[in-house]
Amino acid sequence: MSMSNPGIPSSTEITEISFENVKKKQRVKSFTKGMLFLLPSIVLFGAFLFYPLFKTMYLSFFLTNARGETTVFVGLQNYIEMFTSPIFHQSMKSTFLFVLYTVPTTIIIALLLAVLANEKLKGIGFFRTIFSSTMGISVAAASVFWLYMFHPSIGFLNQILSLFGVESIGWLTDPKWALIAVAVTTIWMNLGFTFLVLLGGLQSIDSYLYESADIDGAGYFHKLRRITIPMLSPTLFFVITVTIINAFQTFGQIDILTQGGPQNSTNLIVYSIYREAFTNYQFGTASAQAIVLFIIILIMTIIQFKLGERKVHYQ
Amino acid sequence: MTMPLSKKIVFYSLLIISALAVFAPALMAFVMSFMDNKDIMTGSLPKSLSFDNYLKAFEQFPLLKYLFNSLIVSVVITIGQLILSSLAAYAFVFLEFKGRDILFFLFIATMMVPFEASIIPNFHIIRDLNWIDQYPGLTVPFFATAFGTFLLRQNFKQIPKELREASQIVGMGDFKFYLKVVLPVAKTSLVTLGAYGFLTSWNMYLWPLLSTTNDTVRTVQIGLKQLQTQEQLNDWGVIMSGAIIVIIPTLILLFLGQKQLQKGLTEGAIK
Repeated sequence: MSMSNPGIPSSTEITEISFENVKKKQRVKSFTKGMLFLLPSIVLFGAFLFYPLFKTMYLSFFLTNARGETTVFVGLQNYIEMFTSPIFHQSMKSTFLFVLYTVPTTIIIALLLAVLANEKLKGIGFFRTIFSSTMGISVAAASVFWLYMFHPSIGFLNQILSLFGVESIGWLTDPKWALIAVAVTTIWMNLGFTFLVLLGGLQSIDSYLYESADIDGAGYFHKLRRITIPMLSPTLFFVITVTIINAFQTFGQIDILTQGGPQNSTNLIVYSIYREAFTNYQFGTASAQAIVLFIIILIMTIIQFKLGERKVHYQ
Repeated sequence: MTMPLSKKIVFYSLLIISALAVFAPALMAFVMSFMDNKDIMTGSLPKSLSFDNYLKAFEQFPLLKYLFNSLIVSVVITIGQLILSSLAAYAFVFLEFKGRDILFFLFIATMMVPFEASIIPNFHIIRDLNWIDQYPGLTVPFFATAFGTFLLRQNFKQIPKELREASQIVGMGDFKFYLKVVLPVAKTSLVTLGAYGFLTSWNMYLWPLLSTTNDTVRTVQIGLKQLQTQEQLNDWGVIMSGAIIVIIPTLILLFLGQKQLQKGLTEGAIK
């Protein structure tokens, strides 16, 4: 009715304001919607990952009772004790040795298997299945298999040795051998996954590269060195970091094969945390060790992100 | 392009030798699981094969119960991971909002925190929630996964944006689009992630060891450890039959989905 009076200017004002409003509302709406889709993941990450991580840092400055409640603030005492403890030194030394034993060996063997299984031969699918099979075998089952292999009297390995007249080895009871035995088990367990990823990497190499090399008359090993390995480097890089991270997180094999023994020679860091926290109820010192583990993994992941920047998909 | 016969022979013999070497531990366990304990202890070749060890394992241990628990736990974790990571991946691909990049960084950051480093407070949380010996305690902490989110995000990105625009013109909301278009289109990736999630949850060891104290929800992996420690008196046939039972479901899954898994792992890792 009274529309005619205020005239055109104010009506554009109104539309401008409402346009701003609508835009703002839209933003709030799209933010809410985005959050709704992400909320379940964020809540669970918060509750079972970020909060526990900060709680671990917090606990590492305290003494606790058996229920894990903090009793006395001790500052850096837990860390000082940890870094001066010969048991922790042994644990770190074993952990790094273990990484050194397992990572290169796993990758070299898996790479050889992947190169073999990448040939276009009849029945190759069967071999691929066999090579990847250990990925489907759990830590518990794999450890039980190798517990038999390492058995002092009836174990397969010592039986083979005795065939050659070699004295039997206390694979799991001799401090010189136990870490190697656990490493062998781990290498075997990780072969399947590593093989599968490397095979995927090999198959994504463009076949025309090989065809043109064939035209040039390049030999098998020349192609392997000049095409396969360089083209595979992003995959190799990924596999190396994943295997290192996995090696630092080793637990199940230790629990079944050696329980950290003999003489703490296989007391790798996660097992050490587990024992300190859940058999000794020293949650403070266990948390300090957990922080060390966290920092190691953090560094490894950052290296992976930085060096693999252009090759890793989420960048 | 056919290979000369001599080269073929070399490759096949290498393949066969390495296949035998890789599979030997599992193969020996398989044979032992049918063997008489006397034959095992004397190291002789099997004189007779029977299912006795399996019967014994099922009689002496609540293996069926353990298997059932593992099945429930793995299925629940798999479904939880599929729902949460597909929702999150959808937000990262199709929704634009303030703070998205920060949240994306948060997801990347989760990959830097090993579960083992936060296991002590996690155990206390589960205990305070009264979730020890409960299914939620074994499953809920594993629903959110950055790996799954990234894998699905990679796949969702291949869905043409025009499809979303067209659906908006028809007036289709985001949730409906996610449900009716995105999920069906990304079916193979969901199956891959599902298989991977099932495999890893079935094989979990440390967390079920901590969060179960009796048989009610104990998983088969921990059951196997119990079998092994209690049968320490060297009934290897029974122990091996337990181990074979544990690996059969995941091996079947792996054999069926090997191609898929391989593709998925490569995609999730490198692009």
